[in-house]
Amino acid sequence: MGLLSDPNRRRALTNLVTRLNTPLCVMCYIVGITWFLGLAFEPFTLRTYMSENAMGSTMVEEKFVYGDRALSYSREFSGHRKKVGGLPVDWLVKTMKSRGLEVYKQTFSRTLPFPDESKERYMVKGTNVYGILRAPRAPRTESILLSATCSEGSNNNQAVGLLLALASYFRGQVYWAKDIIFLVNEHDLIGMEAWLESYHDVNMTGIQSSPMQGRAGAIQAAVSLELSSDVITSFDVVVEGLNGQLPNLDLVNLFYAFCQKIGMLCTIQGKLQRNDWDTLPGYSHSLNTMLLMVLKQSSGRPQGDHGLFLRYHVEAVTLRGINSFRQYKFDMSTVGKLVEGMFRKLNNLLERFHQSYFFYLLPSLTRFVSIGYYMPAFSFLILILMLRALDLWVQLSNTPHVQDDEEQDPGPSMLSLATPIFICHLTGLALYFLPILSQDMATQHFPVSETEAVVFTAIAIYVAGLALPHNTHRALSGSGTECGWRSLKLLSLLYLAVLLGCTALINFSLGFILAVTMVPMAAFVQPSGPRVLYAFGLVLVSPACTLLLSIYFYHYLLEYPITLLECWQQFLMAISQGILDHHLYGSLVYPLISLFIYPCWLQLWNIVFWK
Amino acid sequence: MPAIFHYISQNTRGERLPPAEMAASLVLVLLIAVTVRAVLFRSSLAEIIAERVEVVSPLNGWKRVVEGLALLDLGVSPYSGDVFHETPLVIYLFHFVIDYSEIVFMIADAITAVALYLAVQDYNKIVFRKQKYTLEAGRYPLDVVELLRTPKEMMYIPIKVAVFYLLNPFTVLSCVAKSTCGLNNAITALFILCTIKGSALLSAIFLALATYQSLYPFTLFAPALLYQLQRQFIPISIHSPRFWIFTSQYGSMYLGSLVVITCLSFFLLSSWDFVTSVYGFILSVPDLTPNIGLFWYFFAEMFEHFRPFFICVFQINVVFYTIPLSVKLKEHPIFLMFMQIAVISIFKSYPTVGDISLYMAFLPLWHHLYRFLRNIFLVSIVLIACSVLFPVLWHLWIYAGSANSNFYYAITLAFNVGQILLVSDYFYAYLRREHHLIHGLYLKKKDGTEETLILK
Repeated sequence: MGLLSDPNRRRALTNLVTRLNTPLCVMCYIVGITWFLGLAFEPFTLRTYMSENAMGSTMVEEKFVYGDRALSYSREFSGHRKKVGGLPVDWLVKTMKSRGLEVYKQTFSRTLPFPDESKERYMVKGTNVYGILRAPRAPRTESILLSATCSEGSNNNQAVGLLLALASYFRGQVYWAKDIIFLVNEHDLIGMEAWLESYHDVNMTGIQSSPMQGRAGAIQAAVSLELSSDVITSFDVVVEGLNGQLPNLDLVNLFYAFCQKIGMLCTIQGKLQRNDWDTLPGYSHSLNTMLLMVLKQSSGRPQGDHGLFLRYHVEAVTLRGINSFRQYKFDMSTVGKLVEGMFRKLNNLLERFHQSYFFYLLPSLTRFVSIGYYMPAFSFLILILMLRALDLWVQLSNTPHVQDDEEQDPGPSMLSLATPIFICHLTGLALYFLPILSQDMATQHFPVSETEAVVFTAIAIYVAGLALPHNTHRALSGSGTECGWRSLKLLSLLYLAVLLGCTALINFSLGFILAVTMVPMAAFVQPSGPRVLYAFGLVLVSPACTLLLSIYFYHYLLEYPITLLECWQQFLMAISQGILDHHLYGSLVYPLISLFIYPCWLQLWNIVFWK
Repeated sequence: MPAIFHYISQNTRGERLPPAEMAASLVLVLLIAVTVRAVLFRSSLAEIIAERVEVVSPLNGWKRVVEGLALLDLGVSPYSGDVFHETPLVIYLFHFVIDYSEIVFMIADAITAVALYLAVQDYNKIVFRKQKYTLEAGRYPLDVVELLRTPKEMMYIPIKVAVFYLLNPFTVLSCVAKSTCGLNNAITALFILCTIKGSALLSAIFLALATYQSLYPFTLFAPALLYQLQRQFIPISIHSPRFWIFTSQYGSMYLGSLVVITCLSFFLLSSWDFVTSVYGFILSVPDLTPNIGLFWYFFAEMFEHFRPFFICVFQINVVFYTIPLSVKLKEHPIFLMFMQIAVISIFKSYPTVGDISLYMAFLPLWHHLYRFLRNIFLVSIVLIACSVLFPVLWHLWIYAGSANSNFYYAITLAFNVGQILLVSDYFYAYLRREHHLIHGLYLKKKDGTEETLILK
């Protein structure tokens, strides 16, 4: 505290901060970005390790041999599925019952706020079928879940076949200490949401579903299977869940450990592990993998069926079977052995997963970056905002005497500050509520579909926001004062810092991407100097442009570049999906952007046009 | 002394708003505050707010009051279930007005604001009169004119205090959650009002009530006593008999009303259960639900046999500063009162945001210290950022399950450090202003260079 209480040293520090402000900010930005890029470099990361005792000490022997049975189930299933034109509920119930499970059905229905064009659904009705294998060796207070989805458009028959074969195999074993739930859900995430909500007896998203007839214990872990071919070459593990939440790293380690044991190829983000970390291609490969994870996580969308479990404290991953052109293939028995092994280990869990990390980034499956390593990169970016705010504060508090002559009392200054902030937030509210509310009106007056109406209304409000607010304060107080814009900028910077900080805690990737784009422009905008340049820069870093660029960059990273027109279409789809995710599953990204980030950005926009 | 004469002449024709207009603006603020609260009471947010650990504590949660009432109606002692920890008087109050509870809480807030308004108005008059006498006696150095307070600047302070209390988000949250903290604040505010108005008996009664409600306000005895001694021009010295007479008078009034209230509670419930359930609960901290205070994490982590020792250490914090502060600030009892209220709300065992809002309401009163505050920018950022981070980290810990209690406690610590910095900053600024009022604003060293004051 000596530094803060000694006036001389304080003055020296303040002088340092104000005089070297710009170089310090630039340095912080460079350090932040470099730190982040360095995270993908292998010597700077930690090797993954199993920290859960129950998972490490005991080895299990996998004996699953029902690969052929799995295939025959899957053929039968696909036949019945074609006949019924949806999930063959009766056949599934009968088959599960004959395998000795307690079988229940759950029907649900949901009308979407507007039609989902990418999946062609509007009024969704469906049935989830699940069977419970009761644990013979322990009180039935805990359970593990295996799920496979059955929805229009995707195949996934082999996953259901394997699920049934595993069910009949597990039935014959005696060592189960936890109930095992086998769930086949219809309409992928909507069905999963319906099932989870009624299993936990909550209703958060307004889905209608029949009450749950049978329950097992508290779900400890869940694995969601996606298999669409009889043989596979590798397994891809998907971790990103709703709002960027991640499962406990031990679950991912468990999957990796069994892949190693069985000799199965495993990937993350569709990327194989490389051993040449000390070469440039090796580094760029792991950077590529990490950036893909950051982009996926920042979308806040569940990347697989497992994504909704995480909200209920259930650790879950999706395993996606990949069948590529590689020569060496794995059959269903091997895949079944992998799942069996994982379930045997999960069966040994003594308490919930809590040992390992919940906040991490994965540059590869064997390496991880924990929160303590990646947060400094973000902190350096936030430090820029703090430095600028400090600078502005010093400037504002050093010139009070000049201000006294211009302003008679603090009243008008308050008003001229509060009005733009109020209007910016009002625009944000409009952006949040109007697209859904006005879709009927839009479809009546323009030749567009409901989905297009929603998306275009959102874009129209977004663009209109640019024109609207910056004219207001002039009408109020004549001309904007020097002090006025500085105070507004100070407030905006602090607001942005708090917002980004909170965002990064919940969803690091989203916070980081927004910080990388918005912070430099936020730090340097002012109503003098090259204003056209500032305005252009601000538009470039606005949340919508960031989304557009992220989509383009994402496809570039996938090594599947797209043209600008395709990118635009993807952009429109991303907006509609974002709104739908919010209404269907409670994703927070759309409200965050429309209610907070966008208004904050508008305040910065206001500063450029202050005079 | 042309500057000072100019200053005096300026004072005599100091413009003043007619009292009617000030009263009208107070009514306007009250209306706005009531509207905001009524809207929130009707919205779905009220339930969410009532569940927040930052807003309600085991002592003052509304759910617990309802539970206590239900037990009382069944003819069981409300303290039998280890859920209810409010005092008997509060439960009997709500026994009669349970259907109008929302109105009661809004009225409590209004009473607090009006009491603070009147108290501050009175206090300002006294401060100003004192300054005028000192000026006329020529006891101020020449260069402190810019430190002197003007009626124009002081005119808006009472209404600002009311606004700071009523429209503070912390107060609004606390009221909407129906935390009984609002009632305690009202009692404390009435106590301050009575003290400043100079009514020793009423002041003692309200102080006894406040003590009865939440125990810690007994440390406010010192500032109240000092203020009344000062008001009656009784010298504070152990050789003066008048000092001892008044002290014993005030002390016996306080203790007497405390005994009466406690006995009344005993006759209401005909058992002494409430003593252990309320005061034992406050002192021994058995409920470790997280809150914005410093206790819960330590005692959750601690080995059981160290507990009594550390409870003493933690509880002593509240009373520890009373004597040194009273000695240092014996000429400025109202500032001492502010310091004490702040210290209580930081170091008490179950603090909520409602407690913080009471001492924050005093901040406009010390507006003239602004130029001496050093860390106000940093501190306000810390306080705002922490207030926002509380719900975020709570979400990550309890709902998402990805963070843990350490994350939440880190923010609690930062929040409390912020509060302590805020209070000590005001303390330092107050002392420094007083120093300048005696020694002049622009201090020179003996060799003529500018002198700087260093706090060590």
